[in-house]
Amino acid sequence: MSKKFLTIALSAALGLTATAVQAQTLDDVKARGHVLCGVTEGVPGFSNPDQNNNWVGLEVDYCRALGAAVFDDPDAVRYVPLTSAARFESLGNGNVDVLSRTTTWTMTRDTDLGLSFVGTMFYDGQGFVVRNADGITSAAELDGAAVCVESGTTTELNLADYAAANGLEIDTVVFVTRSEVVQAYLDGRCDAYTTDSSAIAAERTEFPDPSAHTILPEIISKEPLGPVVRAGDPQWFNIARWTYFALLNAEELGVTQANVDDMLGSENPEIRRLLGVEGDFGGPIGLTADWAYRIIKHIGNYGEAYDRHVGPSTPLALARGLNALWTDGGIQYAPPIR
Amino acid sequence: MTDTTVFVRSQMEPAALPPKRSTGLVAWLRTNLFATPGDTAMTIIAMLFVAWLVPPLWQFLVTDAVWSDPEGLRGEACRFEGVGACWVFIQGRFNFFIYGFYPVDQIWRVNVMFLLGIIFILPLLVPRAPFKRTAAVMFFLVYPVVAYFLMAGGVFGLRPVPTNFWGGLTLTLIISLIGIIASTPIGILLALGRQSKLPIIKAFCVGFIELWRAVPLITVLFMASVMFPLFMPQGVSVDNLARAIVGIILFESAYMAEVVRGGLQAMPRGQYEAAYALGLNKPKTMGLIILPQALKHVIPGIVNTFIALFKDTSLVSIIGIFELLNTVRAAGSDINWSSPTHAVTGYIFAGFVFWVFCFAMSRYSIYMERRLHTGHKR
Repeated sequence: MSKKFLTIALSAALGLTATAVQAQTLDDVKARGHVLCGVTEGVPGFSNPDQNNNWVGLEVDYCRALGAAVFDDPDAVRYVPLTSAARFESLGNGNVDVLSRTTTWTMTRDTDLGLSFVGTMFYDGQGFVVRNADGITSAAELDGAAVCVESGTTTELNLADYAAANGLEIDTVVFVTRSEVVQAYLDGRCDAYTTDSSAIAAERTEFPDPSAHTILPEIISKEPLGPVVRAGDPQWFNIARWTYFALLNAEELGVTQANVDDMLGSENPEIRRLLGVEGDFGGPIGLTADWAYRIIKHIGNYGEAYDRHVGPSTPLALARGLNALWTDGGIQYAPPIR
Repeated sequence: MTDTTVFVRSQMEPAALPPKRSTGLVAWLRTNLFATPGDTAMTIIAMLFVAWLVPPLWQFLVTDAVWSDPEGLRGEACRFEGVGACWVFIQGRFNFFIYGFYPVDQIWRVNVMFLLGIIFILPLLVPRAPFKRTAAVMFFLVYPVVAYFLMAGGVFGLRPVPTNFWGGLTLTLIISLIGIIASTPIGILLALGRQSKLPIIKAFCVGFIELWRAVPLITVLFMASVMFPLFMPQGVSVDNLARAIVGIILFESAYMAEVVRGGLQAMPRGQYEAAYALGLNKPKTMGLIILPQALKHVIPGIVNTFIALFKDTSLVSIIGIFELLNTVRAAGSDINWSSPTHAVTGYIFAGFVFWVFCFAMSRYSIYMERRLHTGHKR
């Protein structure tokens, strides 16, 4: 009885939001003077407070790009740290305008929750880490190796599937928690351990000697992480989506934070359209003609943001891999601006 | 007849020292540690336990620990095999742990608030201090307003600082202090209401207490943070922190009510009758006779609830509020600080801070119990 009542109340409440918080997010944002951006409570490289208490990270840079596109000010963003349990509700009830919070794009989330995924900021997936001393350079060489994994997770299933599909005899060593997995690997009880590669990269920075361990290039599962907005506001969705595309197109066209002002004089029509020199592509989505120029001026392009926060020169040292542009062998691809 | 010599002692024999085995260290050891074979066994086990526990702990916390980082390496300074506690992480991020995201150039406002709080609360805590009434008015009525405007700004040219920039130990103290100060009177009223003969009041109080006591705090916080905004008309928004604090107050006042009820039920019927015999009416009976005694009886229970509340504040991290524990965790996610032990060190620090405050509350309550002790103690 009470359960039934709760269900009714919940669905009524959710139905209420679907109508109450809707449309004209851009107007709300402009009236407020800043974008409300839902971030993690601290995931290295994606969103975490730095030494000066400012939020930094790849996903934070996306929020800053939105601030730049709307206000020409990357600091016109207020960050709302959300737990993974509260993130969708917070987006749904209007606590945040956009969720940029290591959220995996799945069908249920995209279709059932009244949300729309904008794109894939980071193609994450399950990877392996091994000791350099063992000389393993590819997951295909893991035959006969002991691999540590958390019990009862999709990680464990993915590993079994991968081993079966590739005919590898992998000795799976199962632990209950991740910290046990990491400790067992460090103690030498297994030759490798496996979980999402971004998480491995973060955990590796806590090893006594991070440089003695390598993340293998193979990614054996799909964890596309991307920003999310509420469904039902096409204008804000377009802004969110094309902010992401602008970051990608800028990299593809070689426009960087440093050369963006020189590029204003470029002859390349694609660059001229991107930077708003030719045509007005910002107007139809409620922004100014130089919306993409603002993004690149303040944030740089996708590659610059990547290198700044998670790339090979950072302690996380994640290779571009799948996140390279399609022209460089990755799958990051943006439709053209025209 | 032979001579018999009779000796009569004319001087007192100097008192002999007690046997060696009943004084000094040896005796103390015998009575306290090795009195029986069972005691001896327990002592040996305990000593082995200490010998097993203390040296590695000492090694981790002191000898192997990284105490200074002159080159500003941050996490790098603690990144080596066999490293102990990474104290430089605490040093480097100390301000974040205390003030959270509060703008660095405005931190003086938080400090002024702390200072004012200490000035106002001391006369209330020290029994012999003068101006009790003035101090009470200042602390309970004036101080909250002053503190709020100091923190939030927006008046007298102070820059506005929204509550999502508040954090760290400051926020832990704010939440617990408001929770303690607000839940106590509400709890007392609920306890009195529960004993009322008026059915509506009684039913309301019983219903309130049983409802809030039956729900986990984490659920209350979650409802306050996530569900509550759904029921608000669009455009009306209540601050996330305020919602969490109200949730904590309602939750804790239910517990407080039951503690106070325990005290009320311990009061003998004779106390009421004596009060009526003196011609006191119902409110005066309660205010002058029953409550002072009842509350004194349940000081341990009340302080227990306070301490539980103080520790429960760490649960607000579940709704993305950056109290002490959450700041420690978030600061640890900065890869520039990554090392094998920085996260553990952060938790040790947070645990120690919580312990200091809880221990202080506990000691103060024992002091209060002794002071108010008037012959009921057993």
